Amino acid sequence: MAEEPVDVLIIGAGAAGAAMAWSLAETKMRIVCFEQGDWMNPADYPSTGLDWEARAMGDYSFSPNRRRASADYPINDDDSPIKIANFNGVGGGTVMYAGHYPRFHPSDFRVASLDGVGDDWPIDYDTLAPYYDENDRVMGVSGLEGDPAYPPKASLLPPLPLGRAGETVARGFNARGWHWWPSDSAIATAPYDGRDQCINLGACLSGCAQGAKASTDITYWPHAIRAGVELRTRCRVREITVGDNDMANGVIYYDAEGRERFQAAEVVVLASNGIGTPRILLNSTSNQFPNGLANRNDLVGRNLMFHPYASISGVFAEPQDGSQGPVDCLWSQEFYETDLSRGFVRGYTYEMTRGRGAVHTALAGMATGRIPFGAGHHDAYRALHNRITGMVAICEDLPELHNRVTIDPVLKDPDGIPAPKISYTLSQNSRDMLAHAVARATEVLQAAGALEVTSEAPLTVGGWHLMGTARMGTDPEHSVVNEWGRSHDVKNLFVIDGSLFVTSAGVNPTRTIQALALYVADQMKQRLANLFD
Amino acid sequence: MSDLIGSDRSLSSETQETLATLVGTIIPASTAHGVPGADDPAIFADLMASAGSVLEFLEEAMRGFAACAPTFSSASEAERLAAAEAFRAAEPEAMGLILSLISQAYYRDPRVLEALGTPARPPFPEGYEVPAGDWSLLDPVKARGPIWRET
Repeated sequence: MAEEPVDVLIIGAGAAGAAMAWSLAETKMRIVCFEQGDWMNPADYPSTGLDWEARAMGDYSFSPNRRRASADYPINDDDSPIKIANFNGVGGGTVMYAGHYPRFHPSDFRVASLDGVGDDWPIDYDTLAPYYDENDRVMGVSGLEGDPAYPPKASLLPPLPLGRAGETVARGFNARGWHWWPSDSAIATAPYDGRDQCINLGACLSGCAQGAKASTDITYWPHAIRAGVELRTRCRVREITVGDNDMANGVIYYDAEGRERFQAAEVVVLASNGIGTPRILLNSTSNQFPNGLANRNDLVGRNLMFHPYASISGVFAEPQDGSQGPVDCLWSQEFYETDLSRGFVRGYTYEMTRGRGAVHTALAGMATGRIPFGAGHHDAYRALHNRITGMVAICEDLPELHNRVTIDPVLKDPDGIPAPKISYTLSQNSRDMLAHAVARATEVLQAAGALEVTSEAPLTVGGWHLMGTARMGTDPEHSVVNEWGRSHDVKNLFVIDGSLFVTSAGVNPTRTIQALALYVADQMKQRLANLFD
Repeated sequence: MSDLIGSDRSLSSETQETLATLVGTIIPASTAHGVPGADDPAIFADLMASAGSVLEFLEEAMRGFAACAPTFSSASEAERLAAAEAFRAAEPEAMGLILSLISQAYYRDPRVLEALGTPARPPFPEGYEVPAGDWSLLDPVKARGPIWRET
């Protein structure tokens, strides 16, 4: 069944798709967004029940392979030491992110020139800066101006509370003489644009029932829909179709009842994340593109980057915050910029992780033997309860062709669409960086008074950031899209999610993904008369 | 709402009795701390109710445990502890599943949470108070000056 053609079809209603839809709405074109999941119901978020920790490991797990909701698609990540995390629903990954919201640095766009690795981006920090500012206004960013690790930037809302745990970690950094600063956060610390302020629920990673965390279902989307954008849920795209002129002419998708349908479109925009976007492109085979759409140079799906994570936790004698309060509140970028004497190139950010809930304290304690079986359980548990805090290190991953997304020959989603397969190995540079991060964080926590320190690196479950699989660039031989997000091969096809990234930086990517989406939207608006030239 | 696949099936009564004894061995009641054991009827019922989506794996785990500790039900407390430890060493994934179910059910029981001094309520809608903290801790960081890399 065919439907009325639309001017712009955006695939994915997450961080990028929402920003693009909002920005393009002023053109008055007919804009439709397809989302394979549903609208979120904050009244159903786990923090509304006593079983919130259990649900965060079940139906609100950030692993699609564990969650296995009907909106999800399976991902074969057996061939990767880092497992994929995502969310499928209006808001996408922003429903489940921590809201830790750093920008890239000027140096992040020029790693080849500065450090001789990876590639330079075709744009720079100054190009993106106004779009960072615009995105900040819509999302509502809390923080403290004056961070010595960044060029000057404004903050709209007061910083998140340090709490007892934040003070503990801050004292550790001060004892070492190292940088730390209140994190920029996409969590409202005061009422903002119809959202209420944070009340320290602590369950940030499984949806914010308070609506303080800026997920795009409650930030961009209400504005975009009021401006005329149509958002259709439960529409799962199988492939993008092309005409004889190498132009996309629409998508084949499955609706909520599993019926195959066709939607014609003048422009197709992919915003399905660093795994979902190459999956759709690689599934879109035709006579003109036998190896997948926009893939004549065999780069679609390659250069997959995560941020290898290290998790480092300390046990303290004095009570910390436990699970009460936003997951994070401060960062350190002491080891962000390259210093080859450390034994690796590029660097990482520390993101404080406030504490653990009662269930996770017990589970981790028993799994590691720190809490014994039997009568000793209760005393050992109480030595850990509300007494753990620490941090994660977010390490810059460098692009490598062999790290890639392909199509699994067997695995399929509930609509029969072939699923993605991940092939990824951790580089020696990443291993060295992780080891450095664990060692330095251990020093911080010990300086803060930790009785014992534990770590995990790489963090197996930490495949939150999915980047690089349809990279931007000026050279069609070495990039999938041009410097403003348009496919080199298909001139009415755009990519606006983390797939665009040329390098990964050492920070959470969502703020940059959204700034890029706004930048690409602006480039499109400036070229409406000759968009396909 | 979750649309995970659920099931009305359950473990046999004999297996449930063994499991109850096992979880009560791992987390026994404590009069000193004023808490029930994990084999408390309400807590165990909660555990079983939440095991639906993993029942098949739990059944398999309990079959493995029965093979590993065939005399568990009639054993002494010390022997039961030893059997639980031996099973963890032999079948870490199976024991991991059981520990996950115990932790989830036990540490959301209102009596247990209250004994820990944790409010026995969901986080939302009341939330919690978290102190803003001492911002003078930033003074040495500010004094050091910019560290970002010029390009």
